[in-house]
Amino acid sequence: MNNPTHYVGRANRRRKSLGVLVAGLVLAVAMLAMACGGGEETTAPAPTPTPSTPPASDSVKVGVLHSLTGTMAISEIPVRDATLLAIDEINAAGGVMGKKIAVTQEDGTSEPSIFAQKAQKLIQQDKVVTVFGGWTSASRKAMLPVFEANKHLLWYPIQFEGNECSPNIMYSGAQPNQQILPALDWGFQQQGYKKYYLLGSDYVFPRTANLILRKHIENRGGTVAGEDYVPLGHQDFASVINKIKAAKPDAVYNTINGDSNVAFFKQLAAAGVTVKDLPIVSFSIAEQEAKAMGAQLMAGSYAAWNYFESVSSPENKKFVEAFKAKFGAGQVLDDPMVHGYIDVYLWKAAVEKAGTFDPIAVAKAARGLEIMTPMGKVKIDSNQSFYQTVYVGELQSNGQFKVLWDSKTPVKPEPYDPLAFPGKTCHWE
Amino acid sequence: MTDFALVLGQSFNGLSVASILLLAALGLALSFGLMRVINMAHGELLMLGGYLAYLAYQIVPGPAFLLLGLPLAFLGAAALGAVLEVTIIRRLYGRPLDTLLATWGVGLVLQQAARNIFGATGVEVTAPSWLSGALVVQTGALQGLSISLVRLFIIALAALVLVGMVLLLYRTKLGLHIRAVNQNREMAAALGVNTRTIDMFVFALGAGLAGLAGAAFAMLLPVTPTVGQSYIVRAFMVVILGGVGSLLGTSLSAALVGSFTVVAETFMQVSFALVLLLAFVVAFLQFRPRGLVSMRSRTLDET
Repeated sequence: MNNPTHYVGRANRRRKSLGVLVAGLVLAVAMLAMACGGGEETTAPAPTPTPSTPPASDSVKVGVLHSLTGTMAISEIPVRDATLLAIDEINAAGGVMGKKIAVTQEDGTSEPSIFAQKAQKLIQQDKVVTVFGGWTSASRKAMLPVFEANKHLLWYPIQFEGNECSPNIMYSGAQPNQQILPALDWGFQQQGYKKYYLLGSDYVFPRTANLILRKHIENRGGTVAGEDYVPLGHQDFASVINKIKAAKPDAVYNTINGDSNVAFFKQLAAAGVTVKDLPIVSFSIAEQEAKAMGAQLMAGSYAAWNYFESVSSPENKKFVEAFKAKFGAGQVLDDPMVHGYIDVYLWKAAVEKAGTFDPIAVAKAARGLEIMTPMGKVKIDSNQSFYQTVYVGELQSNGQFKVLWDSKTPVKPEPYDPLAFPGKTCHWE
Repeated sequence: MTDFALVLGQSFNGLSVASILLLAALGLALSFGLMRVINMAHGELLMLGGYLAYLAYQIVPGPAFLLLGLPLAFLGAAALGAVLEVTIIRRLYGRPLDTLLATWGVGLVLQQAARNIFGATGVEVTAPSWLSGALVVQTGALQGLSISLVRLFIIALAALVLVGMVLLLYRTKLGLHIRAVNQNREMAAALGVNTRTIDMFVFALGAGLAGLAGAAFAMLLPVTPTVGQSYIVRAFMVVILGGVGSLLGTSLSAALVGSFTVVAETFMQVSFALVLLLAFVVAFLQFRPRGLVSMRSRTLDET
C-alpha cells in the first residue's frame, strides 16, 4: 500500500490509458469532421420504393443518382420519384425504340464526392446509357469531370448559377436569367425593393448567384445591405437573424439549401420576425420543402421557379394526377420534380431523333428539340439549356404558390451572365 | 435597430447558444468526463429526444405537448442509455477505442432506424403557442431588441438542469457514490459502493440529458435522422475544452464557445466565424491541454 513503486506502476498505466483515450477522441473527431464535411455519410443505401424493371436483353439501362439520405434528401427524393414515374409511363407505352428502360438507382448522400463516385460506378460498372440526377451545384461540379472523361451524358434538373457549359450535361433547370434575375426584376419593379440582403449556403451556387445579384443590384442603383454564408447543414441562425435586422433590408434573397432552411425559418419565427416585416425570396424552396417544413412556417414568403403545381394546363393536370395516383394523394409537385420528369421524355425524344443510345449522339440530337410537357412547350437551345417561362409566386398556408407574376413567353437561357462573366459563351456555339 | 439593441441582442444570443451547447454537452460531460466512455451515439440520443417530442405532439396535439414531450424524451433516452450500458458499454470497460467503435455503430443503427420509421426527410415539430414569438422592444434606446421566448425557455431549462446536476452530485448520497467511483473506483468498491449500478445510472443520466436537449431543440431545429451529427462535434469540443470530468469546466467552456461564436459571427461571415472558432480551440488546447478547469485529485499521479 505504501510502496512507491506500486503507485508509480499504476500511474504509468493510467497515464497510458489517458493517452489512448485522447488518441481515441482525436480519431473520433477526425472521423466526424470527415463525415460532417458539407454533408452526411451514408449508413446504408436507402431502400428503393418502386422495383425497377428487371434487365432483359431487350432493355436499356439508365442511372438515377440523387441524395436519398443526408441534408438534401428532403429535396431530392421527390425528384427521384418523378423521374421514376416518367420511366414507368414510358415503359407502359412500349419503351424507347422498342426497349424497356431498366433503372439503376444510387444514393449521393448529399456529399459531392459520393456523387462523383456513384456516377463513375453507373457509367463504368453498370454501363448505363445516360444518368438523370444531381441537385447541388457542388454535386454537379464533382460529377462534371466524370461525364466528360467518359464522354457520357447527365441530365441535370435543378436551377443553378450558370457559368458552365459542357457538352456532356443537359442543363434542364433554370439558368440565372430564368430565375434569379427575373426575381430581381420583380423585386425592383413590382415591389420597390432597393436594399437587399443576400443569405446563402456556402458553396458555388449561392456564391455565384450572389455575385450575379450584386452586379445587377448595383447596376440598377440598389444596395446590398449584407451578404452572409452558412455551411451546408448549419443549424444556428441566431446571429444571422440579428445581423439581418440590424441591416434593415427591404428583402432577403435566400439561397440556403437543404434542411438548414427549416432551422432558419423556425428561428425567424422564434425571434418574432414575420414575413410582413421581412420579405424573403427563396431560390431553393418549392412546394416540396414547404410541405416538409410546414407551410405555416414560411407562408407569405416568395419564390421564383419555372413551374408551380398551381399553374393550370391540361398537361400539368394529367401529370399531377398521375403522380398522386402513384405516390399518394397527399403528395405535392414542384419545379425540380417536373424537370426530373420531362428530362426522361426529352431523352426519349432525343434518342428517337438520333436513332441510337450513344450519349454524345443523343446530346447533339437533343439540341433544337421541342416537345409539349406539363410545363408547356419546352425547347432545348443549342447550348443544351432549356427555353422556359418564369413565375414568381407567394407561398400560401396550404402549401401551394399563388402566381404573382410570370414572363408570359419562354425565356432564352443564358449560361453566362453578361455583367458577371462578360464575353463568355458556350464554346461550341 | 439601435446599436444598443444589437449589442444586447447579440449578448442574449451568446447566452442562448451557450445554453444550447451546455444542454447538448452535459450528457457527454457525464459519460465522457465521469466514466471516460467515448459515446459516439450521443448525437443520436439527441435525435431520439427530438422524435420523442414529435410523438408527444401526436399524442397530445395541443400546446401542452411539451409538458409530455420533455419528460418522455428524458426517460426514453435514459432507458435506451441504460440498455446500451448494460449490453455493450459494460463489456468494453477500459477499452476506449472499442467503445468508440461500438457506440459509432450504435449511432448508425439509430440513424437508419429513424429513417425507416419516420422517413428520411424529417418530421415537423413547432413551438407551442405559449412559446411562440418574442418579446420585442418597440421604442426607446433598445428599440428593435427581440428576446425569443423559445430561446429564453432553453436558457431556463439549461440553468435548471445544471442546478439539478450540481445538487444531485454534491447533495445526495447517490452523487457522493458517483464522485467516489469517479475518483477511485477500487476504493469505492472496497467500501461497498455498487460500481456496476453507478456506471449504468451515470450513463443513463447522460443519455437522458441528451434526449431532453433534443426535445427542447426540436422547436428551433429540424428533426431529421442526421440532426445529431450537427451537434456531436461541438459537444465533444465543449467537454474537452472545459476539462474532462468537471461540470464547472463544461459550463464555462459552453459560455466561452457560445460567446466567441456570436462575437465572431457579428463581424464576419458565419463560415469564417466557425473556422476561427476551431482555430481558437486548437490554439487554446496547445497552451492548456487539460482544458479550462483541470481536475486535481490526491493521488500521486494525475488522470
